Amino acid sequence: MSEMNYLYTEGLSVGYHGVPLIRNIALGLKRGEILTLIGPNGAGKTTILKSLIRQLAPLEGAVFLDGREIHSMGGKELSRKLSVVLTDRVRPELMTCGDVVATGRYPYTGRFGVLTEEDRRIVHEAMELVHIQELSERDFLQTSDGQKQRVMLARAICQEPDLIVLDEPTSFLDMKYKLEFLSIIQNMSRTRNLSVIMSLHELDLAGRISDKIACVKGDRIDRFGTPEEIFSEGYVQELYRMTVGSYDERTGNLELDAVKGEPEVFVLSGNGSGTAVYRRLQREGRAFAAGILWENDLDYPSAKALAAEVVSVKPFCRIAEREMERAKELIEQCRQVICTMDNAGEFYQELQELIEYAKRQGK
Amino acid sequence: MKRSRYGTAYVILVLLVLALLAVNVCAGSVSIPFSEVMKILGGNQADAVFTDIVLQIRFPRALAAAILGGGLALSGYLLQTFFHNPIAGPFILGISSGAKLVVALVMVAALGRAVQVSSLAMILAAFAGAMIAMGFVLVMSRVMEQMSMLIVSGVMIGYICTAITDFIVTFADDAEIVNLHNWSKGSFSGISWDNVLVMSAVIFLTTFCVFLMSKPISAYQMGESYARNMGLNVQLFRVVLVLLSSILSACVTAFAGPVSFVGIAVPHLVKSLFGTAKPIWMIPGCFLGGAAFCLLCDLLARVLFAPTELSISTVTAIFGAPVVIFIMIRRKKERG
Repeated sequence: MSEMNYLYTEGLSVGYHGVPLIRNIALGLKRGEILTLIGPNGAGKTTILKSLIRQLAPLEGAVFLDGREIHSMGGKELSRKLSVVLTDRVRPELMTCGDVVATGRYPYTGRFGVLTEEDRRIVHEAMELVHIQELSERDFLQTSDGQKQRVMLARAICQEPDLIVLDEPTSFLDMKYKLEFLSIIQNMSRTRNLSVIMSLHELDLAGRISDKIACVKGDRIDRFGTPEEIFSEGYVQELYRMTVGSYDERTGNLELDAVKGEPEVFVLSGNGSGTAVYRRLQREGRAFAAGILWENDLDYPSAKALAAEVVSVKPFCRIAEREMERAKELIEQCRQVICTMDNAGEFYQELQELIEYAKRQGK
Repeated sequence: MKRSRYGTAYVILVLLVLALLAVNVCAGSVSIPFSEVMKILGGNQADAVFTDIVLQIRFPRALAAAILGGGLALSGYLLQTFFHNPIAGPFILGISSGAKLVVALVMVAALGRAVQVSSLAMILAAFAGAMIAMGFVLVMSRVMEQMSMLIVSGVMIGYICTAITDFIVTFADDAEIVNLHNWSKGSFSGISWDNVLVMSAVIFLTTFCVFLMSKPISAYQMGESYARNMGLNVQLFRVVLVLLSSILSACVTAFAGPVSFVGIAVPHLVKSLFGTAKPIWMIPGCFLGGAAFCLLCDLLARVLFAPTELSISTVTAIFGAPVVIFIMIRRKKERG
């Protein structure tokens, strides 16, 4: 299998000063695939990336690019296959963004690095691709972090590589540019058969864009596979050793810690109407119970994360006697009942019954 | 429109160098009319005293100031590139002083045995000294995280070398020690045509090598990680850069002693003039700028309090030090 991979590693151990940080790394990706490294801060994602791009010598094993060991390649040869966007702060003096992008043409220009018409065209194209044409004449140091990041992507693109390696490329970008940035990368991988390796902190985005994900945990790659294989229930909490809050692998729903204790409010909700209420109660530090929710309801992930108790029903099933009883018990127990629903279709009668019940209780 | 700016900048620099060359030859304790100078340089019959002053004293001295100034500015530019620091330079990092120390040792030893030291041997001695000081600075740069600390340690190395040199000069007893004393303070005086020949060979050759490196330098300006990704052999590049800048500053020190601030001030001024830091424009620009700067400073050193001559570093410091302060203030502002 590994023969088909554009980049793969064999028994790779990486680290600094002879001390291995992560051992026995076995990664591989084909042309046009996107591989994302995830893992907690300081896990060694950057160390792995540095080893893959030959900035750090491997302690054991080897990295193969296009079937050849990267340390056997010349600098120029490697630079035509591989380009990078790093977290290093670049402080070039008196260079416009256009100049910075043009440095990507370095492996292709002659003795004195003079750009040809063709080079200029490619630089221009790359800038168009990441929508920074208007920055072309702007001083690089005068731009925002987000703009700098896009300039560096354009630079990497106009190096015309087969593989781009990006270290936390979305860190300084706002929502709009995060999506734009990743969609440019996705487009490039589709249309130019570009392979991409990057590290991301946004798990939701990682799960959406990646063909493969590698999880760095402790001194090894804990899991390596497709997003579906990686994000099994409870894995993210384990990977990041989360002690506070929760993460729902299926929806990417991230919540703060639930308020513990006896519920004092019962929230009758569903269809996405309850989530805002749950979060408000969480902010106010009040424990609550929620129900009755189908497990495929929009409100279910946050209810499960935030409520002291959730009365739930399997998807597409009728509410049974047992759930009704429990809901009524909770309503009796709570000082307050909040109803966020106005219509629940065919199954509304049961909920209606609960509302009536709560009213009779004077809540 | 950018290219026209570069063109204009070059024209300005070349005219400046030519004009200053002319003024340097004409002006002095004895003023010589320009027409007379042209006659002498054209090989025509002229006043014998004037001919001697122009051909034996002023013209070689002016040429030396121009060539050495250019080399010094370029050396500063290379060091700034190397350390990614705009106030690095051969003088401030102690490299000039290191070169001075070894040259002084060799000269005193040679004088003691009544041996004439050739220009080339002087350059070699200076180069050895420059490399020793550079070695110290490099070791320091490994230990020191902060660039400002690196500069401070460079200044300290400079002081130590200067102190030892002064010690040697003070206790060496010889008639020629007066010359040595002048030289150890920095001066373009007493340059012969032979000296000019040797220095121009060394400096022009080195400058040419530096110019050939303008593409890798541009990659290095993007930081080492990116430079490496562009296919640059960073280790080799750093070694070559150190060697070239040491040769340049060693050559200057061998002939003119330590000259302060040219290495910092000129690249900065030239950068502002060109509005770019691209090495392909900066390298010739720095050379011309350094030439003009040193010609001007040498002129002032000779003329200002004639017949008393100031040491060249006194004048370059007056113009150069404010530039350094200016750079530091601007950097502070940029970082917010």
